[in-house]
Parts: sequence; C-alpha cells; structure tokens
Amino acid sequence: MTYEPVIGLEVHVQMDTRSKAFCGCGTVFGMPANTQVCPVCMGLPGVLPVLNEKFLEYAIRTALALNCTVANYLKFDRKHYFYPDLPKNYQISQYDQPLAGHGRLNIEADAIKKTIRILRVHMEEDAGKLIHTAGGSLVDFNRCGMPLLEIVSEPDINSAAEAYAYLSQLKNILEYLEVSDCDMEKGSLRCDANISLRPAGQTALGIKTEVKNMNSFKGVRDALNYEIGRQEQVLRDGGAITQETRLWNEEQQKTFSMRSKEEAHDYRYFPEPDLVPFTISDETIAAAKQALPELPAVKKTRFMAEYKLSEYDASVISADKYLALYFENTVKQYHMPKIICNWLMGDVMNFINTNQVNIKKLDEVLPVKNLVAMVQLIDNNTISGKIAKEVLAAMLTGGKDAATIIKEKNLGQISDSEALEAIIDEVIREQQKVVEEVKTGKDKALMFLVGQVMQKTRGKANPQIVNTLIKKKLLGNA
Amino acid sequence: MSITKDKIIYVAKLARIRLDEKNLDHFTSQLDKILSYMEKLNQLNTDDTAQTSHVMGLSNVFRPDENTASLSNEEALSNAPEQENGHFKVPKII
Repeated sequence: MTYEPVIGLEVHVQMDTRSKAFCGCGTVFGMPANTQVCPVCMGLPGVLPVLNEKFLEYAIRTALALNCTVANYLKFDRKHYFYPDLPKNYQISQYDQPLAGHGRLNIEADAIKKTIRILRVHMEEDAGKLIHTAGGSLVDFNRCGMPLLEIVSEPDINSAAEAYAYLSQLKNILEYLEVSDCDMEKGSLRCDANISLRPAGQTALGIKTEVKNMNSFKGVRDALNYEIGRQEQVLRDGGAITQETRLWNEEQQKTFSMRSKEEAHDYRYFPEPDLVPFTISDETIAAAKQALPELPAVKKTRFMAEYKLSEYDASVISADKYLALYFENTVKQYHMPKIICNWLMGDVMNFINTNQVNIKKLDEVLPVKNLVAMVQLIDNNTISGKIAKEVLAAMLTGGKDAATIIKEKNLGQISDSEALEAIIDEVIREQQKVVEEVKTGKDKALMFLVGQVMQKTRGKANPQIVNTLIKKKLLGNA
Repeated sequence: MSITKDKIIYVAKLARIRLDEKNLDHFTSQLDKILSYMEKLNQLNTDDTAQTSHVMGLSNVFRPDENTASLSNEEALSNAPEQENGHFKVPKII
C-alpha cells in the first residue's frame, strides 16, 4: 500500500510597518530587550489599542495578491491563554470573521503545476520572546504587538517539495508587494505544518500531527520529509498516529513530541471591545487590487513572450523582484536577453549566493551599464567568453568597469595577427609530430595546436582566428 | 441550577483561580443567579436586530504608521518583581 501525505501550512508573516499593530512603538529587529515597549503593548491597565492604518493596507494588499476575497466588515477578537510572553493574557487576533479567504496560490514542484487553495488570511499581534536560562525564563516584550498576518492553506499540499514550492512562491509574492522582509532567521516569516497520511485513493483524512519550530525553508522540507517517513513507519507497523504537536530538531534532523501537559485549548474568543469595527468598501478593495504590482507568475509569462526566455529561465529571473528589474534594465540597453539571462543566472547569481549579497543592491555591486559594456566587449572580440568570466569576477569584487580591468590585467584578445603568428610559429616548431598529423587531415591534431596557442596566450587569443591562421600555414587554405 | 459545579471548576482552572470546596459552592450559586438574570435578555424579540460586536457606533478609527516614544528599559521594568539583563524574569517554564 502506498500512502499519500496531506499537508496544510500555517504561515505567520510580520508586516514591515514602522510602528506596531496597535501602538506607536518601533519595529526594529535586534534592539536591546524591552526598549521598544509601551503601556499598550505591555498590557498595562487603562490603555487602548488603535489600529495601524498601514497594517490594514498591507494586509489587504497581501490578501488580494493571494487571490482572496476580502471582507467588507472587519472586527478583532481576543484569544485567551496564559503564557509569560503574552502580557495581556490575550492576543488580539481574528476568529470567526477573518480579513480574507477563498484564495489560491499556483505552485510548481517536481515539474508538476498545481493550485493550493488558501483557507483564510487574518490579522493579529505577535507575542514577546522568551529566553530560558537555568535560573528562570527571561521575557522581552519588544516583539509583542508586532503586526502579523496569518496565512492558512487548505490541506492541498501532498509532499515536502510542494510545501517548499508553496513557501518560496509565497515569499516571492510578499517581496514583490513590499509588505515584509520575509527573513525566516529574524522570525519575520514562520511556518507551522499540519500533516497526516492516508492510503492513496482514500478520501477521509488520517490523524494529523502539527510540526513546529522549523526555522528555514530547508528546515520545513527536511522536517516534513522526516515526519512523512515517521508516520508511514508507524502505520506500516500497524500502529496509530497520536494527534500531537511535534517540534523539529535541526541538529538531530528529527521531530519530537512536545509532551505538553495542556489539555485541549479553550481560547474563549470574544469580540475585542477596545477596538471599533472597520468597514472596507468595495471601492477601497478595487483600488487596492488595481494598485497591485505585476506579480511573479504574470511577469514570468511576459518574460517568455517578450524576451523569448525558456520557462525555466523566466521563472528564475522573475522569482525575485529586484533580479527581474535588473534584468529588464539591462535588456533595455542590450539586444540579446538570453545572453544577459545566462550571465545573471550563472556567474552573477553564484557571486550573490556565495557572498550573500542583497539582490536589491545588485546595481550598486554591478552597475547595469558595466554588465552591458562587458557583453559588448565579447561581441566585438575584445575578450573571449572565457576571459569575460574572469573580468566579471573582478568587476563584482572591485567595482571597476570591464575596459579598465582588461587594460589593468592585460586581458584583451590578441587581434594583432603579427603577434599571433609569432606565437603560432613557435607552436609549430615545438610540435613537429603533431604538425605532420595535421597535414594528414587529423582534426584532433589541429585542435591540439589551437589549444597550445590558447595556452601560450593565456586565453587571450580568438580561437577561431588561431584555427584559421594555423590551417593557412600548414594546409595553405582557410 | 443552570450551571454545574464541574463547569465552575473548569472556568476557575482556565482563569488560574484556586477555589476550595466552600468557595466553590458559593460561586456556583452566585454565578447561577447571574446567568439566570442574564437569561432574561432571551425573552426579548431580536428578530429585527442586526448582530453586532460593538455598541459604540464608531468605526474605522485608525492610527497613522508613525512612531511615538517608547518607555525606557528602566521604566518598562520598574514594576517587575524580578529582572535580569533588561528582561522580566519569571519562574522557569521549560
């Protein structure tokens, strides 16, 4: 029997506003503990929360980009539980009437395209941060009250690869919208997963576990793969899955039961009396929809049509907003998009990934005009494609333009045929045996001689010209 | 009695309130009276009344996304029974 995993993801995204959800405290990451706090976010008596206008604007923008239906009426609810990171003993959240629902996100995993439905998108505030020490637990309320969007998918995800694709696509969209920095390490994007297995073909869902504590996209994929394997083993051994929360342990690459003593949660939701309700008019929603930027999926299709990129190339280039922008700025000045695409996806992305460069700043590291100038130098035979790789590396690290680097490092192609002929003569003298083979028409031998010349010129000769010159000398024709 | 003792024990537990047997009876009877009194509301005909979550008549009250002064770390911790390194210190949780 084969089992089918059924996965639903719950993603929390911190909205990149200047102030918190319901008070004017700052939202800067990494500030000293308890310095971005006030009576409102610390839950002191006698204070009133007031909704941050930008939070709602960002939330609506995100919901629309996820093809959700946005509600015309908005209210907040209190979710009650006791924990030291929650100073009010309740979290301002949304319960029965979320901001938006009925959305969908298109993904592609293992070359299969599918649509993941989005159940709901709601607004809430974050809790504080706890540090556990030997002598007690330390509480920092800086994160308390940060604006969060909770995005809940339907259980439409059937593999760890699909979960990874869903998260990547979601992150790309959020970055396009400029509503969050989506940094999982800083906790601006967090993901919990509900996962169960069922015999392939069965409609009814199996018993699920909830997996938490996954701190990277790779962590999500590894944790889900582990959990699928674990559940499958339990079922194959004739056992039953216990419905529980499990924590992913990155070091051990395993999930462990949280062994919480808590009974079933009873959050005692009720409408937040401190916040008035909100109405969102159809006009507001329509205007927000109108103002959405071109999203990755649309851009990808356009890149394929407009620049004749392959689907793969177009999806890589369009995945990041800033890479796409850089690409378009470059091809405005250069006529062969595919060439630019290759350089970006190869050497430039390698450099960016190795050196953890923020793609937003790519134009500072490698100005568009410098990249354009470099490819033009290949076109006019000043440098070979191979030398260009060396030039590009120097451009990326030193910030100089291609012409300067070529001059400084003396990398220009030897187009002067007298200089080239001298080197070719030298090679012919040295390689008498091979020369005889060339004369009997052996192509391999000819290629060897070309290679020798290239070696002596340290790649600076144009191999085609060398080829022609050697043929002329040895065979008397071109 | 419309409320049971078990329910009171459950609610007290959720609210982290410890009740002894005497208090338990006392509160069960008091809460029962309160609930019975509130039951009177159900006698009203609300067929033509729209549901609401708020009675103020206000809506769409926003705050611009601007920073206002936060408390200093000293101020924030001034009522903390225990503190360490600028943090509130609470009994060990895990």
